[in-house]
Amino acid sequence: MDEILEILEKDGRTTPEEIAKITNRSLDKVKKAIRKYEREGVILKYKAIINKELIRDEDSEVRALIEVRVSPEKDLGFDHVAERIYRFEEVKSCYLLSGTYDLLLIVEGKNIHTVSQFVAEKLAPLENVRGTVTHFLLKKYKEDGVILKHKEENKRITISY
Amino acid sequence: MISERVQRLEPSGIRAFFDMVLGMKDVISLGVGEPDFVTPWQIRETGIYSLEQGFTSYTSNKGLYKLRLGINRYLKSRYGLEYCPENEILITVGVSEGLDLALRTIINPKDEILIPVPSYVSYGPVTELAGGVPVYVDTRAQNFKLTPKILEKSINRKTKAVILNYPANPTGISYAKKELDEIKKVILKHELLCISDEIYGDLTYDFEHTPFPTLSGIKNRTVYLNGFSKSYAMTGWRIGFACGSEEIISAMTKIHQYTILCAPITSQIAAYEALQTAKKSVEEMKREYRRRRELILDGLNNLGLECVRPDGAFYVFVSIKKTHLTSLDFAQKLLKEQKVAVVPGTAFGKDFDDYIRISYASSLENLKEALNRIGEFLKYLNLIKN
Repeated sequence: MDEILEILEKDGRTTPEEIAKITNRSLDKVKKAIRKYEREGVILKYKAIINKELIRDEDSEVRALIEVRVSPEKDLGFDHVAERIYRFEEVKSCYLLSGTYDLLLIVEGKNIHTVSQFVAEKLAPLENVRGTVTHFLLKKYKEDGVILKHKEENKRITISY
Repeated sequence: MISERVQRLEPSGIRAFFDMVLGMKDVISLGVGEPDFVTPWQIRETGIYSLEQGFTSYTSNKGLYKLRLGINRYLKSRYGLEYCPENEILITVGVSEGLDLALRTIINPKDEILIPVPSYVSYGPVTELAGGVPVYVDTRAQNFKLTPKILEKSINRKTKAVILNYPANPTGISYAKKELDEIKKVILKHELLCISDEIYGDLTYDFEHTPFPTLSGIKNRTVYLNGFSKSYAMTGWRIGFACGSEEIISAMTKIHQYTILCAPITSQIAAYEALQTAKKSVEEMKREYRRRRELILDGLNNLGLECVRPDGAFYVFVSIKKTHLTSLDFAQKLLKEQKVAVVPGTAFGKDFDDYIRISYASSLENLKEALNRIGEFLKYLNLIKN
């Protein structure tokens, strides 16, 4: 993987100037490379990883992982039915998997009730959906490589040879 | 009560400064001589598991055979360097112990040991404790590199050995193979020994690291010191290794068995795991350090602070001549005014009072903030305008 991507994946706020500096490339080249990645969809979006465990306010949401068994369609395979499902805005992620079920969804809703409603009223009745299993998420320990804890204190002594 | 030999050790001013740093909160530290990474998880997990399994005993004096074999394989595949795991490799408690053993093993009273300065803090004192005489070779006029010419000039009939350290603490400089070859010729010509501390070898950024004993004809005159602290972020585990001829390693083992017995078994098991699986983590850390080096060099350059571009390790030795402050004064004031910690140059040689050591083993974010603060500090000293 290009070093530029490695740096941005770690900290999306690193500026092109800083990247040019620390990788010893020209600013122009770095900017061009980033634009190209954005255009091609290699870099999709820049966003913050928020530790929602720490903001238990009124808009906090619940998340569920939903296993979905579907029947593929002739000529279209899974893609068409997957699209019918991932178009719902409640669906935050959607993956096709090998194994005992076909699609894995990550669904977000205001509370358990809204998520159950989504499953019962929108997802399960779909023609090609043969069954669903809903797992509510209880606690997040790690997301996208980041361990979700209060900032760890520095364990090194502050000065040494 | 205290022996004269011990009373002579270490300037006390720096100790007081260190205590001052340790007693202060919210300091951004560029004064740390160890990685800011935590040991990769798979290594830590192996240590924990070994404890659960009940591996809590002594090991053989030389260290676990499988670890010595692992080191033998690592050196062979990485550098084409061969040491026999049975009798040419000794597991030590960090490179610090290896250095102490090597010096105590070779020094007769009043033997002279050549130490290029600035140098790591322990070389001189440990030489003195072993009854030898440290002879400091000032390298600043050669961009902190030992050259055959100044080496030759420092040798007399009492000279016993040269200590090399590359990439170096505190300057980060290293040597290309050709330069090492020239040094080697002088060592061979005068039939000296070489103690080569290559703990930062894996952290060489612009060219391939050449271990001293891989040069032709010098292996039997070299004690090669290395360890796990810096490349695997394992400083607190205290595992190093010394390699050399059977003669010298068995002599070093004599002292080791009476003073240390063996390195801790948990750490040895974890170190073995590091050799097996942590290559990817090492490469990642190295890339991160290289980025930090570019950031800090660029920042220092913008502030008008001069330094020699480091080739490896994670240090820059920065000239503070234009501030007209002593290095201790500079470090104390910077700490007080801006809460940034650096190590005064005198720690690495008494004549380096116009330098400070900056360690860039700190996150990019911290380094940026520290550079800003140093900028503010220079403004406060009226050395730069807005």
